[in-house]
Amino acid sequence: MSNGPGIRDYLAIFGVRLVNRLSRMTRRGSGTVAGGRVGLRLAPDLLATMSQGRTTVLVSGTNGKTTTTSMITVGWGGPVTFNATGANMPAGHVAALAESSERRTVLEVDEAWLPTVLAATGPRVVVLLNLSRDQLDRASEVRQMAERWRGALAQSSGTEVVVANANDPLVVYAAEEAAQVVWCDVPTTWLADAVSCPKCTTALSHDANSWHCRCGFAKPHVVTSTLGGELVVGGHLVELDLAMPGEFNRANAAMALTALDVVGVDLAEAVQRVNAVSSVAGRFSLRQWSGHRFRLLLAKNPAGFAAMLGTVPRDESDVWVAINARVADGRDPSWLFDVPFEELAGHRVFAMGDRRLDLATRLDYAGVDYVIVDDESTVPVSSDVTLLLANYTAFSDWLARSSPC
Amino acid sequence: MLKVAVLFPELLGTYGDGGNGLVVAERARRRGYEVELDHVGLGDELPEASLYLLGGGEDGPQRLAVDLLRASSFTSRVSDGAHVVAVCAGLQILGRSFCIEGNDEYAGLGLVDVVTRRGTVRSVGELAVRVEERLLVGFENHGGRTSLGPDVAPFGQVAKGRGNDGALDGYRTRTIWATYAHGPVLAMNPWFADEVLSSVLEVELEPLATAADLLYESRCAALGY
Repeated sequence: MSNGPGIRDYLAIFGVRLVNRLSRMTRRGSGTVAGGRVGLRLAPDLLATMSQGRTTVLVSGTNGKTTTTSMITVGWGGPVTFNATGANMPAGHVAALAESSERRTVLEVDEAWLPTVLAATGPRVVVLLNLSRDQLDRASEVRQMAERWRGALAQSSGTEVVVANANDPLVVYAAEEAAQVVWCDVPTTWLADAVSCPKCTTALSHDANSWHCRCGFAKPHVVTSTLGGELVVGGHLVELDLAMPGEFNRANAAMALTALDVVGVDLAEAVQRVNAVSSVAGRFSLRQWSGHRFRLLLAKNPAGFAAMLGTVPRDESDVWVAINARVADGRDPSWLFDVPFEELAGHRVFAMGDRRLDLATRLDYAGVDYVIVDDESTVPVSSDVTLLLANYTAFSDWLARSSPC
Repeated sequence: MLKVAVLFPELLGTYGDGGNGLVVAERARRRGYEVELDHVGLGDELPEASLYLLGGGEDGPQRLAVDLLRASSFTSRVSDGAHVVAVCAGLQILGRSFCIEGNDEYAGLGLVDVVTRRGTVRSVGELAVRVEERLLVGFENHGGRTSLGPDVAPFGQVAKGRGNDGALDGYRTRTIWATYAHGPVLAMNPWFADEVLSSVLEVELEPLATAADLLYESRCAALGY
């Protein structure tokens, strides 16, 4: 790590703040990524320089990054530096750090950038949620990602505590060589990407609450946090009663609270704050648009979709699903065939978004009743709250065009 | 009874490839055929089937899959006339050899005189292939460069993307279709699904209207055809 900030760094930080302010004034964006890019151009080590003296928690994984980052930020209590939604690469991190000198820092990190950000920030805690297939056209295949995490954690200074999901074999593979690991035994339903052993590729054996390989690679025995009916962190019962729905959010909260425990936050107080979080960056929020009322759910890959489909009530209500395949979504919507859309049988699904025909084809073969929506304004208004599941850019579009109820 | 088996979807199913089994089975069922659709897992015995489907996968799983198939009755069943649709890694597995984990050569099943080496770049993007007077549309994501033996016919000519080598895509034998168009290629190309089905069932099939017709039309239009 470099010495304290020099004049070049101060100039760069000034540059980040200036561009952030300008881009907000001109409404060209939320003023995050652009400023950060300028800063990193002026001082390539800026993330490392600005991380000095901070207590940093990094959060990475395929699903739940934004929600868990928010839970840690809120759960910590008081002012915390954190990055804005979607700005989870170094430019976004630098922008966030330039805006706040608060030492307590929580950064959501894109999976592919974790090795770089780990080396630059020297974090106190690294939270590794899960790894599954996502945007294979631009990210590496998921096993390569686990390999890169493993290398980065094995080579790091070892001052960080890794809070890792013990039920995700790819995460365990990534974390097992780290100097300090706190394992979390949390529900993890999507294991389709970890059927064969990350070490030796033979089939993993899964049973009720464990998994192992004949090569010896297995679920860690000593776990710090367990989430079954109730959450226990380091031997302490924690009263988890989330405002947000879904088993996956309970798992996110368990890992967030474990991370907060590591940095010394009082768990009884932290859980009260985490329980009260009802929506994160529009996810799960109740919205209205053109007479419609809907609950907006983000689902951007098979694991995320499978989790969200689990929250759809077993009734005959209409469900809206919006799918795009823009750069931020991944240009290849093949993954729709990995989503268990059969679970929507009995519902009428309105297929929306740029790739509504790919979705309609998937629903057709799943035997689900569907309506292809070329123009959303033609959808009949219902008195009920409709569920709207959307992938990344479709979610952003719907969040932008709707307003809170 | 039409028996369709998706082979090791946990190993070879990176890109929604399991969808191909569903598509063939549904298109047969909707025409009144009885269908048994099997997903063959790692510990399962290879079932008898008239159509086997192989998908794409990463290096480690691809090696495990070829080892499992080598130890099974797969090659003899294919030699005896079972049909196969193989995409991406599946295409490589049926050949004589392929490269994994760097440039290590690994033996394939040798069912087709085809060799895959590591290409210089990874091909990621839309793939369009002319198959006689038809167009096949799909998406490819692979780092292989596949060479066909002198007696092996390609599946088609590349119109967009790379396929085997920038000129040709996949290969075709009497009972095998292989392409680099990964994922639910049979969902995107209903004509291809019906060509396979018609060959397996040995009947002429009447057209079947599905949402896939609209999807196929829109993808062809998006690619300028």
